[in-house]
Amino acid sequence: MFPRPIEKASKGVNISYRIALVASIVLWLLPLLAVMATSVRSLGDINEGNYWGWPSEWMLIENYTQVFTSTPMAQYLMNSLIITLPAVAGAVALSTLAGYALAKYQFKANIWIFATFIAGNFVPFQILMIPVRDLTISFGLYDTHWAIIFFHIAFQSGFCTLFMRNFIVGLPTELIESARVEGVSEFKIFFHIVLPLVRPATAALAVLVFTFIWNDFFWALVLVQSDEVRPVTAGLSALQGQWLASWQLISAGAVVAALPPVILFFTMQRHFIAGLTLGATKG
Amino acid sequence: MKKIAKLGQIALLSTAMSTMATAGTLVINSDTSDPAPKAAFAEIIAQFEKENPDITVKYNLYDHEAYKTTIRNWLVTSPPDVVHWYAGNRMKAFVDRGLFEDVSDLWAENNMQDTFATAAPAMTIDGKQWGVPFTYYQWGVYYRKDLFEKHGIGEPTTWDEFLAACATLKENSIAPVSIGTKYLWTAAGWFDYLNLRTNGLEFHMDLMDGKVPYTDDRVRATFANWAELVEPGYFLENHASYSWQEAQPFLYNGEAAMYLIGNFITPNFPEELEGKMGFFQFPQINPEVGMFEDAPMDTLHIPSKAKNKEDARRYLAFMAREDNQTKINGALLQIPPHKDAQAADNYFLDKGVAMLGSADGTAQFYDRDTDPAMAKEGMKGFQEFMVYPDRIDAILERLEKVRQRTFK
Amino acid sequence: MAQSSPQIGLPDSRPSTRRKWRPTVIAPWLFLAPAMIVFFVYVIYPVFDSIWLSFFDWDGLGDKTWIGLDNYRELFDSDTFWKAFSNNLLWLVLFMLAPPCGLAIALFLNQQVAGIRAVKALFFFPFVISQVVVGLVFSWFYDPNFGLLNEAIVFFGGDPIAILADEKLVTYGIIAAGLWPQIAYCMILYLTGLNNLNGEQIEAAQLDNAKGWKMLWYIVIPQLSPATFIAIVVTVIGALRSFDLVATMTAGGPWGSSTVLAYMMYEEAIFNYRMGYGAAVAVVLFLIMDIYIAYFLWRMVKSEK
Repeated sequence: MFPRPIEKASKGVNISYRIALVASIVLWLLPLLAVMATSVRSLGDINEGNYWGWPSEWMLIENYTQVFTSTPMAQYLMNSLIITLPAVAGAVALSTLAGYALAKYQFKANIWIFATFIAGNFVPFQILMIPVRDLTISFGLYDTHWAIIFFHIAFQSGFCTLFMRNFIVGLPTELIESARVEGVSEFKIFFHIVLPLVRPATAALAVLVFTFIWNDFFWALVLVQSDEVRPVTAGLSALQGQWLASWQLISAGAVVAALPPVILFFTMQRHFIAGLTLGATKG
Repeated sequence: MKKIAKLGQIALLSTAMSTMATAGTLVINSDTSDPAPKAAFAEIIAQFEKENPDITVKYNLYDHEAYKTTIRNWLVTSPPDVVHWYAGNRMKAFVDRGLFEDVSDLWAENNMQDTFATAAPAMTIDGKQWGVPFTYYQWGVYYRKDLFEKHGIGEPTTWDEFLAACATLKENSIAPVSIGTKYLWTAAGWFDYLNLRTNGLEFHMDLMDGKVPYTDDRVRATFANWAELVEPGYFLENHASYSWQEAQPFLYNGEAAMYLIGNFITPNFPEELEGKMGFFQFPQINPEVGMFEDAPMDTLHIPSKAKNKEDARRYLAFMAREDNQTKINGALLQIPPHKDAQAADNYFLDKGVAMLGSADGTAQFYDRDTDPAMAKEGMKGFQEFMVYPDRIDAILERLEKVRQRTFK
Repeated sequence: MAQSSPQIGLPDSRPSTRRKWRPTVIAPWLFLAPAMIVFFVYVIYPVFDSIWLSFFDWDGLGDKTWIGLDNYRELFDSDTFWKAFSNNLLWLVLFMLAPPCGLAIALFLNQQVAGIRAVKALFFFPFVISQVVVGLVFSWFYDPNFGLLNEAIVFFGGDPIAILADEKLVTYGIIAAGLWPQIAYCMILYLTGLNNLNGEQIEAAQLDNAKGWKMLWYIVIPQLSPATFIAIVVTVIGALRSFDLVATMTAGGPWGSSTVLAYMMYEEAIFNYRMGYGAAVAVVLFLIMDIYIAYFLWRMVKSEK
């Protein structure tokens, strides 16, 4: 639509557009490509300052194996999964319930509760830090997976409720009304009528929230500290301190840490983008 | 009678079981996450478990920075049975709040007042001992002997000789001093030594305790000496970009010649520099001031809320033993505080033991001797000074503001 | 709910209406309860607790001492605070480059050629990876010894610059790293916006001979205003939340010159053990953010009504 479709332009323009595409993508991802290139180098290359030339030997398998054998990287990845999956499930579940309530029931406090969820979603983490840390300690959850899981469920339910509410508002009210007239209970309406309709939205939301929680660094620093529970973001940051001169290992570790959300993104791209923009079309 | 016996049996059994449940595992939290110390402790703990088959040790490792903050959480809530920590102000902060167990009994039983005589003052508050030291190490200047020889420089013992050495190296396009100040504390090593050599230990400790203003002329004198190195550009360029590890290669590849650091650097020396690395004591600045040294001591403590204090005491006693002190310090390449234990036979350790043996007194280290908030701001100031020495007045005024607030 | 009061006077119809309206009054609260409870415990209550805490002197271990506004007095008298504050402003201003850059890339990519989906995905890539990784990648990119940036500078005959150790450049360096994923985010918002353009309006404008910049400025951008709004909101939030990059790339250094309020708060509370003072920093950050939250809510409530 806009700009004018390129296929209507001359052949020369078409070819140069394609070249520009490739060039721009390389330029855009240059810092990342550099890291990936380094993750297959040998320590010898690095000590000799051969950062940008052709690697004297390919150490792809060795470096990546070493990341897993000589550091707790596998443990960190596992921790990230243990934290992220229940947190995503919890946040999506709570917010589907809350989003439905806010979308399809009229009551006075509705708009204010909705506003509170949105406002809370924008709050800077730092103002929550000390009390949440103290709460976590007093619940006896400090330095456990649950410390981070609970926080993320609670915090993400702000964004997720905004998201689910905006999606459910668009669903036809007639179905719900007619079920109500037939005397179907409110809970059955939710489980049998609403839930099947929101399934595509929950998928989109789950993918999006997965990356948010997976990439969280701040709460991983504040709420946990041992290798047994530390997720991959905080783990990588700690490893950076230990491996200082071994850039090939740090970069391999960085690639490994980035991989799960990237894979998720490429396999669920449609959901991901739908998720990002659904919250965005409203408002 | 039978009944009573049975009751007694049950009671015995249940106490046995309850002590088994608690005595079974000993939880130790530690920040010795660097490769050499990690391996050393794995070995020593295996030894401890072998000698005490009834105890299983759970050894949790943390990285240094995270450890310093999170230890405060567990000490208050649910602490492990033994923690690694540091002597000096750092220990005092927890002792003052009643978070560390008094282990004077352990000292008395094991005759530690005698065997740990030199370390005792650092472990004593209000006449009681609050932990067991297991290692300490010297600070000093590690340098490239071959570069010094090549340019006809001898080991400097006075400040003028040191400045002359720097000038010669600089003329030959070698950075005289390597340092990486990204994480700040390396700059504090320079401050400690310059202040100790300029004003002596008593003044230094008063400053650490917040009793002297940072705007004092004696502090200014310390910085004036420091400026003699900063202004001619004797420190490695872009030092604020590097961590202490990242600054090492400059020394190893000959782009820099000296490095003021702790003895923990020595395991990192590359093999090809065997015999080319030397060590000298930080040179004298003011002949009227004694030769005081930084000798940070790492320690073990029992939190007052620990669950298994009995086994924790056994572990501390085990670690205070001469043979184990020898063994752990052999692996760490550091100095055992136990007077009969032997430091490994190593060029740098020999120098360190001799130097500390004849020292007029020792400090722990800037960020172990002063309040944490003061230390953080102070070290930022040192780093800034090392890049912009002309900002000295603004820096000292800022530090003085922090001092007044911190030590009110 | 609205018709509940007139029905009080009609006792005979009560049983049936009761069945009708009562579940619909209680049900939404039951649906809302779990989310509201956790949200209250972990978000609403902590906000007020932090504000309360900011009037105390507390090291996290001992007793809290009431000191009134002293933390704030010290804050406004502190160079570090003003440095962090001005850095936050710099973040806000420079982050505003993200929406236009995102739009530019979106326009560039909004074509139907083979493989364009993959290209779009690759452009979006930086947003998906963790900021810790972005921070690592860029610290490396900037390294004065071997970083790609300095290789390029030297190649073109310049002297290498240690960006992350230079008090004047360091914040710009970190912001550039932050813009990378942020631009990607804005780009994807605009790409979706471009998909939903009103074709008739564009064709009409084409008939009027509108082209290029004119078309963009008068026809396309106004239609993209929902995308622009959300892009600005997420960018402001992103700018004020700038913690991860500062923590991984410089830890606020050199000598605190790249610190921002979010990092300063963390440092005071966690490293310097000054919980009350840290809370005061957080409150200031919160108040700045409130301006945007209030604006967003005002707009939303208006559009709902």
